[in-house]
Amino acid sequence: MPAISLIVGPQHPALHEAERFLFKVEGETVIDVIPRIGYMHRGIEKLMETKTFIEGLYLAERICGICNVAHTLCFAEAVEQAADVEVPPRAKYLRVIAHELNRLHSHLLLLGVAAELMGFETLFMLFWRDRELVMSLFEELTGNRVISAYVRVGGVTRDISPALVDKMKDKLPKLYKRIERYKKVLSEDPTFTTRTMDVGYISGSKLLALGAVGPTIRGSGVKIDLRYTDPYEAYDEIPFKVITYKEGDSWARYMVRVDECLELINIILYALDHLPQGPICTKVPRTIEGKGEGRVEAPRGEVLHHTIWRGGVTPWRHRVRTPTYANIPGVCEMFKGYHVADIPVILGSIDPCFACTDRTTVMLLDAKSGTRKTMTIGEIKKKYWRR
Amino acid sequence: MGIVQWARIKSPWILHFPSPGCNGCDIEVLAALTPRYDVERFGILLKPSPRHVDILIVTGAVSKQVARRLKRIYEQMPEPKFVIAVGTCAVNGNVFQGSPFVYEGVDRVIPVDVYIPGCPPRPEAIIHGIVTLIKKIKGGGNGGRK
Repeated sequence: MPAISLIVGPQHPALHEAERFLFKVEGETVIDVIPRIGYMHRGIEKLMETKTFIEGLYLAERICGICNVAHTLCFAEAVEQAADVEVPPRAKYLRVIAHELNRLHSHLLLLGVAAELMGFETLFMLFWRDRELVMSLFEELTGNRVISAYVRVGGVTRDISPALVDKMKDKLPKLYKRIERYKKVLSEDPTFTTRTMDVGYISGSKLLALGAVGPTIRGSGVKIDLRYTDPYEAYDEIPFKVITYKEGDSWARYMVRVDECLELINIILYALDHLPQGPICTKVPRTIEGKGEGRVEAPRGEVLHHTIWRGGVTPWRHRVRTPTYANIPGVCEMFKGYHVADIPVILGSIDPCFACTDRTTVMLLDAKSGTRKTMTIGEIKKKYWRR
Repeated sequence: MGIVQWARIKSPWILHFPSPGCNGCDIEVLAALTPRYDVERFGILLKPSPRHVDILIVTGAVSKQVARRLKRIYEQMPEPKFVIAVGTCAVNGNVFQGSPFVYEGVDRVIPVDVYIPGCPPRPEAIIHGIVTLIKKIKGGGNGGRK
């Protein structure tokens, strides 16, 4: 049977952002995938060179609105390292609380979207109802529901009030119980398990070779978590477990996120109990000379910001590496050999965030050999922009 | 008021087109559909195909790569069609102003009926924007044609 090309995207109900995937299909089975990323390209790295670190922070958090605290935290860490500034301990703990609340909302969001992708609308609504609780706590802590510029270079912008500490200690254990119930639903309900178990299997060693990060690789039994392997902020003082699942299928990747939700509520409660006293921000000089590197475990995996300053008020170069970009070679391998109907489930299991992915270069991945190749704009026009 | 106009006001269907913003507005549009805000009580339903919808919701700044696709989706919608620009990026480009790859606002590409500023706008603001558009249709607006 000859292979048929099936185009998914740029506007497609299974994709919540504009990207295109070209699936080579034989009957019902996917045999090859060619991703075409770059629709979300906004030129952020180039824009960053025109902005001071105060302005740059607002641009950094708009790389991705869902994991915005991870990006601001990573940007701030990189600039603080370049400027050689030490953050006060209270600010470190407050950053951890905001970062974990952000991760909680991101994971609940994904699990809801995953339920919607497989047609389980009730679970979608339930997850998003509980997510609103996290959003209101996040709003009280930072001042806005989604994008808030809470982390700033040298510390954080607001202190936490004792009333909010009590409120969090009251509400979060209730949320913990609800997520435990959802965990039972996700591991027992056939609506979910039959769609995800043994779908999109990939081994841990293969994912390591393809450079995958975050919950995607933890779902295949590889214990990589920057909070544990290379602790930043206050994570070296907080005890927690790194969640891994051995199965390596879509179900395992979703369950890693459910278990992480439970674990990070414990992290927030521990941080609230051990919150040190003191200032929440230090001064940072306007002109900086030096290099800095920030590495943060965002909800989807490792984020890297590398910044070079040459004595001016703006950076000479700012480089960002985001988790979904690293996961795309991995997810292309996962599709192969599974049915067309499994495409949304498998794509959802890496929690794709293409707003993160596209920043400067248009890069194409040869899914067969796993090699990357950069194309010039002329080549792309010739090949894809047929009139 | 004919039956078609009556149906359009009572149950406008929407298509959500996420152009390259930061996803912040996208999740707020989705949050407006879920139990706490529940935009469905105004008869508003999210639909996957541009051929079925009355209202196009655009979030995020429009990049040059997406602009042609956005135009095509707009052309595929049946008349009369309405566009809502959600978020400051869709209104004027926000922090991406000055980037050579981004248009400063959706109205540079397709005509817009309602602008909802905010970064991201709260779900209440999005609901208010949609209700404003419904009022505009009731008053006999000129649709997408400017």
